[in-house]
Amino acid sequence: MNTESACYWPAGYKMTENNIKENAQAWLEKNWSIDLSLLAWRTQLLESGWGVPSWPKEYFGLGLSQSESSDVDEVFAEMGAIGAAHSGVRMLAAATLLEHANDSQKHRYLPGIITGAEAWCQLFSEPGSGSDLAGATTKAEREGDEWIVNGQKVWTTSAHHADFGLLLARTNWDKPKHQGLTFFVLDMRQPGVEVRQLKQMNGHASFNEVFFTDARIPHQNLVGTEENGWPVAITTLAHERRSFDRNRDGGGIMKKTGPIYDEYRKEIEVANEPYRWYPQRAGRVDLIVERARQTGSIKDPVIRQEIAKLLMLSESAQWTAARARAAQRAGKPQGPEGSLGKLAASNIARMASKVHTMITGSDAMLTGENSPMEGVIAEILVSVPAVSIAGGTDEIQKNIIAERVLEMPKETRFDNGPFKDVPRNQA
Amino acid sequence: MEFAFTEDQEAFRDSVKRFVDEKSTTSDVRRLMATEKGYDENVWKTLSNELALTGLIIPEEFGGAGFGAIELGIVMEQFGRSLICAPYLSSSVMAASALLVNGNDDNRHAWLPSIADGTRKATLAVSEQSGWWDTKEIKAQAIKNQDEYLISGGKRFVVDAHVSDFLIVAAQSEAGLSLFIVDTKDDQVAIQLEQGMDETRKICTVDLDNASAQTLGNEGEADLEDVLNISSVALAHEMVGGAQKMLDSAIEYTKLRVQFGRSISSFQAIKHRLADLLLEVELAKSACYHAAYAIDHQENRSQAASHAKAQASEAYTNTAIQCIQLHGGVGFTWENDTHLWFKRAKSSEVFLGAPHEHRERMLLASGI
Repeated sequence: MNTESACYWPAGYKMTENNIKENAQAWLEKNWSIDLSLLAWRTQLLESGWGVPSWPKEYFGLGLSQSESSDVDEVFAEMGAIGAAHSGVRMLAAATLLEHANDSQKHRYLPGIITGAEAWCQLFSEPGSGSDLAGATTKAEREGDEWIVNGQKVWTTSAHHADFGLLLARTNWDKPKHQGLTFFVLDMRQPGVEVRQLKQMNGHASFNEVFFTDARIPHQNLVGTEENGWPVAITTLAHERRSFDRNRDGGGIMKKTGPIYDEYRKEIEVANEPYRWYPQRAGRVDLIVERARQTGSIKDPVIRQEIAKLLMLSESAQWTAARARAAQRAGKPQGPEGSLGKLAASNIARMASKVHTMITGSDAMLTGENSPMEGVIAEILVSVPAVSIAGGTDEIQKNIIAERVLEMPKETRFDNGPFKDVPRNQA
Repeated sequence: MEFAFTEDQEAFRDSVKRFVDEKSTTSDVRRLMATEKGYDENVWKTLSNELALTGLIIPEEFGGAGFGAIELGIVMEQFGRSLICAPYLSSSVMAASALLVNGNDDNRHAWLPSIADGTRKATLAVSEQSGWWDTKEIKAQAIKNQDEYLISGGKRFVVDAHVSDFLIVAAQSEAGLSLFIVDTKDDQVAIQLEQGMDETRKICTVDLDNASAQTLGNEGEADLEDVLNISSVALAHEMVGGAQKMLDSAIEYTKLRVQFGRSISSFQAIKHRLADLLLEVELAKSACYHAAYAIDHQENRSQAASHAKAQASEAYTNTAIQCIQLHGGVGFTWENDTHLWFKRAKSSEVFLGAPHEHRERMLLASGI
């Protein structure tokens, strides 16, 4: 480790796998304090590199590998130390900026991501382009040193408290659709941006609609190069699934007392609020047997068959995921089992919803506090339809599986020419 | 639980695959299924002597290779893929596991070495009414007669009995349900080859009329549950091997077939169905691999085995039906090979218990 960053160990001291944990521990022993404010503490993480150890040294990290970084996470958890902010869309923003942003953009935006001082949202989906993201029609037009944005985005989590948005906008209508898109960082706190909550069929409002009316972006906020926004968006999407796994709560941080922990819990609570119904969306297979015992339907041979089918599907999906992980650990090429999880999850959720309905009987007509399990069962029934749509519909997943795993040909396309001539939804 | 095959296991799979690709082409299968015997003696010898597969799960002290359910699964998957015609499930799996689970040392020394080296073949005769092993259904009687027993009763769905040297028969004696060894050359044993829908696996009805028998293990203590577990897991692997073959065949055919000026594999209606089938087959494989692990590690065997059997049955039948559908009219012809696997799928679906029976068994074994 050189002396330019985080020089708390002697010059020439080489960090090895064995002493990474020791170093992390030594640094925490010296610096971690529950008397600091969350921001003050994370500013120290930012300056030392211990907040995001897997990031490059020149950008607030220590250049450690993923597995070394996991070791550091373990030490943080053991010591009960809070890590860098990692909730919400911020890690997607970070991954995208690390890969595609220029040096000054990185220095401007990455610190606020790590400290949690600035929140982010992702402005990709539009009412007219869901599965077909590259068909975006939100337009950005150059005016001197600025870009003027008009259009609408939708399904934007946390837009109502975001400071910045990752925006995919069309800047050239004469080129084919993937080649006319540009990627920007948009300041959400400006008059041309209006955020409206979007109420879902299950009563929750986890997402927003975002309207742009002559919203302004300084040219220096263009990420990558003009008309090369699609590959940048692909980077964001590639990190979308991974980011939500990240959790440094191994040491039971959520249960600890002290002002800094209170601040942290508040942050997590706000970040998790949109996802409160997500367990229900997945079908709550964990409740099935208990519910069947409660209602007595566990004795019904027809319902027993359906319960067995569901449990088998659910367990086999877990084992399939375990196979994919084991293959990955063994350094083998990814087999088909790796791309099937999302489709399996949809099938499981739908079947679970059906079995919950069988078990619940007429009470499935009710919702709210006086309905089974204080409304949880009703929430399952009205939330499951989302699981096969969000994050790539089942139909898109099946295309991906057929084309990438089974090597079947793509459908004939009708959107190859200049984007302005491509048939699209009426505004 | 570790879900990755080791390099040795992968190499073993390759060698079994090479063997079946060479010795069990569909023309071999069609030739042998039309014979009464149903298998090729030379291929059986290669299987026994060169590959040592007949004694795969038999411990080394009894002349076998001493492998477990995972290696057996590897073999069965390849056998299911190729539909190889051989009395392997009957002798090397069902009879061998009955001896392993129930036999005392004398029994094992007497019978396992010849199964291991393939010089003798055996099969298991349990079912009387249905292929499902409801032991309460067993009515065959064993009566003690000096130093032997005399068995009378009828057994159905006995695989390969017509080519077996001895039978392992479940019968009621004074002490309760017991297993017995019966020589097929006994005059009091009548074996009739049935007309099976799946011609690649021969099914017999066996009538015993005071046939002389020796006990296998302790009288009144027959354990058929674990034999059913081991056999079901082996059969489930065979089924996912067949299901994978049906999926591969459907993909290959739809890529070749041109209608409306394009390969039918470019239609989403076809692509989506194949993606669904891939998921179904992979989930069934996971259930099988988990079950083999459970057998080898003595963990929740009945639960895992019934899970695998039920899910593999559904996956195989479904992929076979869809494979016919995706071939269109040609898939319904005798000349097209798809029906060979379809018929194996249908008979395996109900043999050793239909999916709904195994689902119930899985629940009961899980305490539900």
